[in-house]
Amino acid sequence: MGELINARNLVKSFGETQAVRGVSLRVNAGEVVGFLGPNGAGKTTTMRMLTGFLDPTAGDIALNGLLLHEDPIRARQSFGYLPEGAPAYPDMTVREYLTFIARARGIPARRIAERLDAVVARIHLRGVVDQVIDTLSKGFKRRVGIAQAILHDPPILIMDEPTDGLDPNQKHEVRELIRAMGSTKAIVLSTHILEEVEAVCTRAIVIAAGRVVFDGTPADFERKAPDHVTRNRMDYAFRAMTAAASEVPL
Amino acid sequence: MSPWGTIFRREFTGYFATPLAAVFLVVFLFLAGIFTFSMGGLFERGQADLRSFFQFVPWLFLFLAPALSMRLWAEERRLGTIEILTTLPIPLSHAVVGKFLAAWLFSLVALALTLPLWLTVAWLGDPDQGAIVAGYIASAMVSGIFLGIGGCVSAATKNQVIAFVVTVVLCFLALLTGFPLVLDFFRGWLPQGAVDAIAGVSVMTHFTSLMRGVVEFRDVVYFASAIYGLLLATNLMIDWRKGA
Repeated sequence: MGELINARNLVKSFGETQAVRGVSLRVNAGEVVGFLGPNGAGKTTTMRMLTGFLDPTAGDIALNGLLLHEDPIRARQSFGYLPEGAPAYPDMTVREYLTFIARARGIPARRIAERLDAVVARIHLRGVVDQVIDTLSKGFKRRVGIAQAILHDPPILIMDEPTDGLDPNQKHEVRELIRAMGSTKAIVLSTHILEEVEAVCTRAIVIAAGRVVFDGTPADFERKAPDHVTRNRMDYAFRAMTAAASEVPL
Repeated sequence: MSPWGTIFRREFTGYFATPLAAVFLVVFLFLAGIFTFSMGGLFERGQADLRSFFQFVPWLFLFLAPALSMRLWAEERRLGTIEILTTLPIPLSHAVVGKFLAAWLFSLVALALTLPLWLTVAWLGDPDQGAIVAGYIASAMVSGIFLGIGGCVSAATKNQVIAFVVTVVLCFLALLTGFPLVLDFFRGWLPQGAVDAIAGVSVMTHFTSLMRGVVEFRDVVYFASAIYGLLLATNLMIDWRKGA
């Protein structure tokens, strides 16, 4: 499979402000990339460009070998996307919602039930599958968002803060799931939790003020902290990297 | 099922997921009854036709179509599901058409529930059936245009109330430009050609012409191209505003 995501020099401007200023990203199958950065650094904007929700002002994106702007429909088949806040239609039951997504993704009717069963079992949604989404707890809503993203078993997964707002048990569960899927897929996830990077990611990318300021393994990341720091080394490294970048004149 | 069919189905059943559908239909039928019998004077006129109903249809839809369309895109934007919808492997045009058709079909269901009016006049007298069919076609077209306007406005905002109000205003303008009073106002200072053009784009002009029972080619072209243009505009609006 090899390289699944290849984004080159992504730039995104909103009017006068440049949210993303030349981010490049290559992710292979078997990699779980943790996307880090302060709020407003351009994480969500970058992920929105990777999924084609936003068109980049400059740069191009190839997903599974297909250029997103040239062949958007086929390129979109190759990924699953969990947007920020895990949105879903509140008036539908989990089953109705996932069936809708499966149909929209063109999964053949005879295979929908089977895919649904597999995903529901994997994400532990069995107990709530006939419940209206509006009545679900935050943890279950997040899981519905993840279920929606992996329904078609895509080679690429893009997840914006998949564990945000979950309790420690739920976080652990979602991380286990990501780790398990990470062996065959290319996964990009954004997070604010630095331990999460250590726990599930094979690679960390830090962006600050719209630029990549670090790209390496979690171990390299930690080494960015000076030797005399013994506790919270990742926090220290994160602050050192992002503070420097944010001081670059805008 | 084709992508637009999937969207259409979700959207159409979505109307029935809340009491909104029932409320809408009851209000529509209630007002239709009042307009036809009290204000339109169906019995007093002593004629077996539905003119007294059809002449009020644009005013009914003026408020009811925006109520159906306000949710279409504003809700997707408010919930954030627009991020999922627009990154699914389906063309945006399918989503636009699917949603529009769902709202349109719903308004046609409301219209279909007025069929007892037709049965009544058919029982009371010998109405011009062709004129009634043309009246229903004209009504369906007006609701199509209003829903087209509403869909486009809904794509521009996250707020359903704003979508509703702006749509009512725009639909009102689209109706108003066909009235002699308004046209006379323009006639004072615009050349005749421009006045004709204003009357030409008015929903009311084409509605009345269809309602007379003559299905003219230019009216059909008007309604078809207006709806097509509005769907196109909705598509562009979503592309332009989805990240905002």
